Amino acid sequence: MKSIGAILTVFLGGLLIYCSMDFPPWGDPDSPANSHVSPYYIEHTLEDTSVPNIVTSVLADYRGYDTMFETIVIFTAGIACIFLLRMFKTVEPETRLYRHLPTGITLRIAKGGKFPDDSDHFKRIDSDWVPHDLILQTTCRMIIPFIQIFALYVIAHGHHSPGGGFQGGVIFGASIILFAIAFDLRSAIKRMGERLTAFLCALGVFIYAGVGLVCMLYGNNFLDYSALADIMGVDPISARSHGILMVEVGVGIVVMAVMVVLYYNLASAGKQDEGL
Amino acid sequence: MIWQIELIILMIVIVLAIGALAVKDLLSAAVLFGAYSFMMCLLWAIMGAVDVAFTEASVGAGVSTVLFVAAVFRTSRRTKD
Repeated sequence: MKSIGAILTVFLGGLLIYCSMDFPPWGDPDSPANSHVSPYYIEHTLEDTSVPNIVTSVLADYRGYDTMFETIVIFTAGIACIFLLRMFKTVEPETRLYRHLPTGITLRIAKGGKFPDDSDHFKRIDSDWVPHDLILQTTCRMIIPFIQIFALYVIAHGHHSPGGGFQGGVIFGASIILFAIAFDLRSAIKRMGERLTAFLCALGVFIYAGVGLVCMLYGNNFLDYSALADIMGVDPISARSHGILMVEVGVGIVVMAVMVVLYYNLASAGKQDEGL
Repeated sequence: MIWQIELIILMIVIVLAIGALAVKDLLSAAVLFGAYSFMMCLLWAIMGAVDVAFTEASVGAGVSTVLFVAAVFRTSRRTKD
């Protein structure tokens, strides 16, 4: 079986390398991409959309349809992860560990044992990851707001500098994952629950498709943001710039929510009780 | 472009890719894969594709490594083959 896999890999890899010989050389000025497509974007992006970053305008405006389905792919990944991993039946764990906060003593409660969940003096801890990291938690508490503000900056500043919805969304999701790692999964879920993340997954796609639909209702093509000029009271060129920002916000929300969903389900094996 | 730097990074990329496939410990494979993504990010930045480099750094080197580590944490650290 292993040798068949090796032969198949070598054959397909060789085929790919052989086919890539037909590509124009890297950086060839006469290749079709460089002679027709790229010059148009380089010359017309600023006057069409008033966005200095050409990559952002190609991603969200000229090729907005592609990006919408990329967003839907990410949304589908999140939904598939929920369907595959999430266990909706609550299974009581074999043992639960509680830490008595004033003294640091750990209590072990066997299955079926009763324990007050809302006591101020006892805190439930994971059975796999018990250290009480004061330095780590304090550092994360201080650094997470800055990470989140940076993520929002990356989304909002995608017009002028590298960045955009995907990157900003991932950074925002990473800040929540960092919180879940530094504290524990239950306190992260308490702050950003499962229903909220699932709702945000759908909301982002809805924002993206909704912007396109509003454009259609105003008589333009799907995702032709210049139709938004009437609603926002600006000229059509600025409207395209603002439309890009709107869909980037939608993309950011989807990506953030899906990253959090993936982490919650992977780290807790679908139980969303004890995690990494 | 300084071609020496590019060559060194390309060689590191290949070594990391082979290492990530060959290593038996899946946690090490996840870490090697993160390092691989980071080297790819440097390559994108050298080629001038800053947006792609940013995405690679945040998605490839950042979140996907965390997801791999979470998956290894819930399954086994050793590969069967």
